[in-house]
Amino acid sequence: MYRVRLFANRHARSFEWLYQRLEAVMVALDPLFAKIGYGRVEAPVALVERGVKGLLFDCRMCGQCVLSSTGMSCPMNCPKELRNGPCGGVRPGGYCEVKPWMRCVWVLAWEGAARMQGGDKIREVLPPVDRSLKGSSAWLRVSREKAAQLREAREAARTALARAFPGARANEPSAAPLADEPAAATGRETRR
Amino acid sequence: MSLADHSDIVRPYEEPPPGHVSGSRLERVLRSGRFAVTAELNPPDSADPADVFEAARPLGEVADAINATDASGANCHMSSIGISALLTRAGYGTVYQISCRDRNRIAIQGDVLGAAAMGVRNLLCLTGDGVAVGDQPGARPVFDFDSVSLLRTVRTMRDEGVFLSGRKITRPPRMFIGAAENPCIEPLDWRPDRLAKKVAAGADFIQTNYIFDMPRFERFMARVRDLGLHERVFILAGVGPLASAKAARWMRANVPGIHIPDEVIARMEGAARPGEEGKRLCIELIRQIRAVKGVAGVHVMAYRREHQVSEIILESGVLEGRKPRGRGRG
Repeated sequence: MYRVRLFANRHARSFEWLYQRLEAVMVALDPLFAKIGYGRVEAPVALVERGVKGLLFDCRMCGQCVLSSTGMSCPMNCPKELRNGPCGGVRPGGYCEVKPWMRCVWVLAWEGAARMQGGDKIREVLPPVDRSLKGSSAWLRVSREKAAQLREAREAARTALARAFPGARANEPSAAPLADEPAAATGRETRR
Repeated sequence: MSLADHSDIVRPYEEPPPGHVSGSRLERVLRSGRFAVTAELNPPDSADPADVFEAARPLGEVADAINATDASGANCHMSSIGISALLTRAGYGTVYQISCRDRNRIAIQGDVLGAAAMGVRNLLCLTGDGVAVGDQPGARPVFDFDSVSLLRTVRTMRDEGVFLSGRKITRPPRMFIGAAENPCIEPLDWRPDRLAKKVAAGADFIQTNYIFDMPRFERFMARVRDLGLHERVFILAGVGPLASAKAARWMRANVPGIHIPDEVIARMEGAARPGEEGKRLCIELIRQIRAVKGVAGVHVMAYRREHQVSEIILESGVLEGRKPRGRGRG
């Protein structure tokens, strides 16, 4: 809905905050999703995502949500589906060239970005849309990638010592362990 | 088959000289610090190459490169790649315009290689007007790329020597890459930032839409200089002669992205000979634009007033005795 979309854009800062919280929750749910199988949770999550984002942002389910880089103004509502800023045909007052009754999606995007903490992301050059992802859940894709990145970072920290001393590890694995340090060594309580 | 088999029609693929990305005449003029002139060609509704040369003749003697529009205003005409190839063969510099409206990424990347093979060395990446304003409003709008992702794609093809898929290109397209900007259209405050994005994406030069509002253009350029963009990209300001007050009003109301202040229309209204007044106004604007720091040239769009282009450029004095026309690389 146009009016709701304008509301979401006016409150871009709040929605940015909300989105950060949502992402944290989704990332935390990664082990659960992995257990059930991402393929199985895809359909229900996409359904919820379609409903929520459809109401708030007139989401078109492109599958590669960039709302946080576009001032919470969905660029797929631009009749030309531009992902990197307004075209040269914006009408006086900031209205759309193709749909003169609608405010230009990208005029709103810059206004929204100015209200957001991470608004500078709007300056990043975005790639063309991957049309094969249409209809899939962007929430799941983002949280899954974030979770994988976190896992990778943890793994890297865990194995850095072993990698730095490969010879020692081959001869004497306990000299360069692939494990977290024991709680006693770090002074932290164990959770177990 | 070797090149020698077709030496009558095939010119060897030349690599650009050091410090240049394409070696095009336009690039050489701009890099040498001279004030460049480009002009837009009115594309024929015809399959006869003679009509292309006919349209190019009034522009060729003053323009460093001639722009071949890609169905501008979403109206069907001879293709920009066909026009660019013909003119390049005849020794003109050309700017091959690509709009994102009609073709997807597969077609566009192939066309860039095709154009480069034909000797075309300048290219302008455009979003394109919506199909609704054209002669075939029922057409499917494509917009697979936007102008910025198109810029980055062509730069990747040229500098990395790969398609977007990562597949290698054995001989990358040596293109001088251009983009458009519209300094006098909203959102005015963000236009310079959008320009910065285009420069980051790969633009070597910029051709702007019509400038009729000098205060707005000067505000734009001041911000461009603050961002240091004028040192990273060559900016050619768009100009053109108005035919009459009526034509100006029609353009303002019907052509997307054209801003003409009321004072300009009033001046045209009061003129005894509107055609002459339009020409004089255009010459005055060119002189004022030239005085703005950071402007590297002008782009003349004289739709149906092509016969005035030579006079306008010569009378404005921006060429300083230079003669752009000459046979050589595009």
